[in-house]
Amino acid sequence: MKKTNLITRLLAVATLATAATAGAAGPPTATVNTTGLAVTDDTVTVGQLHSATGTMAISETGSIQAEQLAIDQINAAGGVLGRQIKVIKEDGASDWPTFAEKAKKLLVSDKVGTVFGCWTSASRKAVLPVFEKENGMLYYPTFYEGLEQSKNVIYTGQEATQQILAGIDWIAKEKKAKTFYLVGSDYIWPRTSMKIARKHIENVLKGKVVGEEFYALGSTSFGSLINKIKLKKPDVIYAAVVGGSNVSFYKQLAAAGISGAKQTLLTISVTEDEVLGIGGENLTGFYSSMKYFQSLKNPNNGDFVAAFKAKYGASSVIGDVTQAGYLGPWLWKAAVEKAGSFDIDKIAAASPGIELKTAPEGYVKLHPNHHLWSKLRIGQWQKDGQAKVLYESELIEPNPFPKGYQ
Amino acid sequence: MTLLRTLFKTKGEAISFAAFAFLILLVLPLALPVFRLNLVGKYLSYGFVAVGLVLLWGRCGILSLGQGVFFGLGGYCMAMFLKLEASDPVTTAIQSTPGIPDFMDWNQVTALPGFWEPFKSLWFTAGAVFVVPGMIAFLIGWAMFRRRVGGVYFAIITQAMALILSLGIDGNQGYTGGRNGITDLRTLWGWDIRSEDAQFKLYFCCCLLLLAVCLLGKYVINTRFGRVLMAVRDQEERVRFSGYDVAMIRTFVFTVAAMMAGLGGALFVLQVGFMSPSLIGIVPSIELVIFAAVGGRLSVVGAVLGCLLVNAGKSAFSEAYPDLWLYLMGGTFIAVVMFFPDGLAGLFGKPSGAGAKLTKFLSKFRPSLMGAAVTPTQITPLNK
Repeated sequence: MKKTNLITRLLAVATLATAATAGAAGPPTATVNTTGLAVTDDTVTVGQLHSATGTMAISETGSIQAEQLAIDQINAAGGVLGRQIKVIKEDGASDWPTFAEKAKKLLVSDKVGTVFGCWTSASRKAVLPVFEKENGMLYYPTFYEGLEQSKNVIYTGQEATQQILAGIDWIAKEKKAKTFYLVGSDYIWPRTSMKIARKHIENVLKGKVVGEEFYALGSTSFGSLINKIKLKKPDVIYAAVVGGSNVSFYKQLAAAGISGAKQTLLTISVTEDEVLGIGGENLTGFYSSMKYFQSLKNPNNGDFVAAFKAKYGASSVIGDVTQAGYLGPWLWKAAVEKAGSFDIDKIAAASPGIELKTAPEGYVKLHPNHHLWSKLRIGQWQKDGQAKVLYESELIEPNPFPKGYQ
Repeated sequence: MTLLRTLFKTKGEAISFAAFAFLILLVLPLALPVFRLNLVGKYLSYGFVAVGLVLLWGRCGILSLGQGVFFGLGGYCMAMFLKLEASDPVTTAIQSTPGIPDFMDWNQVTALPGFWEPFKSLWFTAGAVFVVPGMIAFLIGWAMFRRRVGGVYFAIITQAMALILSLGIDGNQGYTGGRNGITDLRTLWGWDIRSEDAQFKLYFCCCLLLLAVCLLGKYVINTRFGRVLMAVRDQEERVRFSGYDVAMIRTFVFTVAAMMAGLGGALFVLQVGFMSPSLIGIVPSIELVIFAAVGGRLSVVGAVLGCLLVNAGKSAFSEAYPDLWLYLMGGTFIAVVMFFPDGLAGLFGKPSGAGAKLTKFLSKFRPSLMGAAVTPTQITPLNK
């Protein structure tokens, strides 16, 4: 505790010191802000819109923390165009109309320069019309189903093909897998993901999907599914179960004797955050395909993990989405500096081509379609809740509207 | 004159109604920017449900924890119409099947399902907003009340109904939009409902309809039929033995409340711009009951004000204290239920002030929130 306090205090002192010197350094406000955003000579106000309460709070907390960390670091290093970032936090409360209300408040009343926020597809769909109508900018951190592209959104997570195709290729090659059993929660992301997975398995790999099932969100009984799996004996279980269902799913698999030692299971919905709830012992030997794992070995990630733990405690864990959340403020800073302006239109135009060599996941680059080029990694879960990274792809081009997979 | 006397039994009632109309029609539009006014409009659309709950719960003693279902059905009818208008073949040219709503395309639905077809007509939609919730309420109500299912059991069944509908919508996302709901609604007969001008007009539209529904509610309460409702609540057997068809009376009130909720849902969609199953499940249905309880389940104006106050409090607290607001809301609810069992409206129109209520509460510990709870003052008129 003491150590954390000291570091926060040091950070605060550094922030103040740089704020004092940076104030005069930036270009005049009239030239960098022509559309009336909340930018003064020494501050710029941004919004943060996640669920701090309700069922999604447990998932979104990591993103909130990572975005705050990035903003603190940017402020300590002198801010953006010589301006310190001030944050207005709003709580979407896991409720989609509330998300829309708060997004509008941030854009219309507070005139924030940008918003970092949302987690579920439903919350993004609820705020998207607001961002497009009020011409705001949203940095969205979650891996998602694709089929969307907007001038007013930067997607810092993977769209579906980036997370699925290379992972299935790897497991098919590595395990000589021919038969797959697809299982997911019943909403747009798992449905779209499984559609893409099925087409890839059937058309490209010439394999066979022996079962495909979707369970209502929050569903906790997987007994009949487990019986079917035992009957069909698929080479691979391919899973996209989310939220509370995740815990029941893996615990019931473990109780039925389906463990990593006997059965290959690849999931696209388990990160370090979920492992906390499920328990490493229930997942040992199963695989996840993500773009980031906390255990990644590179200098960027070493610094990131150390800074995160210093701020939020040694026992905190970092999942894929948390890392993607951390990229948001840095990508925005880069875009503002490249554009030389806080204007939304100029940021949107400047964003394609921006590179981040300091990203914890290694290196990312923004595509003209506002998604990131990223790598796919396969991690195998260990007892301690961390993943051992077994495979890393080349950089994959984002393709939110994949031809032949729709 | 007689109509006025039926609508407002006392001067106090007339004054409170006029003050409320003055507040929403004049004070708020002058004091608030359009963005905030639009939020008030959203809160007021819950008011339609609250008026229904006053009739149903406050006056007839039927606690329904599934009013979100009817609110949702009305909202979905409206959203389907708006979505079809927003999905013309030109704007959806990027899809594999242009001209159908985007979420259908994502779910490999290649033709517009039959039950969507009639929602191309605004007139059909305007009717469906009332008829669909009303019909479902009638069927469920008739089936339940004829078998004399009431009290807690009825509340549980309405909860189940809310769960079934939200699961059904979740599970059929190709036809309903699933968990994401129906989003990105734009125009009503070519009129951009997202513009400030439209939101301003829609607000007044919502206010006037709400005031009309309030008057309807007051009318029902203050006629002889309203007396019968109270009698059904307080002495069901006696009413039945007097020859009234209790089941039919209850079904009728349940249906009326559902139709009011449906209208509220439609106005919600017009003002908020989307509809999703998160608005019709168990939790939002219970929230609607809380709004009415805070304002006062016996008073039409009180219950509507409850919706306004609770939601304004929610917005204000959550903007000022993003980390603490839930505790503040929870504290407020507990305080209201403990000290003002008849809701905030109970503060007015009765001789005893809040202080007296507090003492009374401490000495009696009377149950207050369940539909069956009866206070002596409410029984007296019947015994006269």
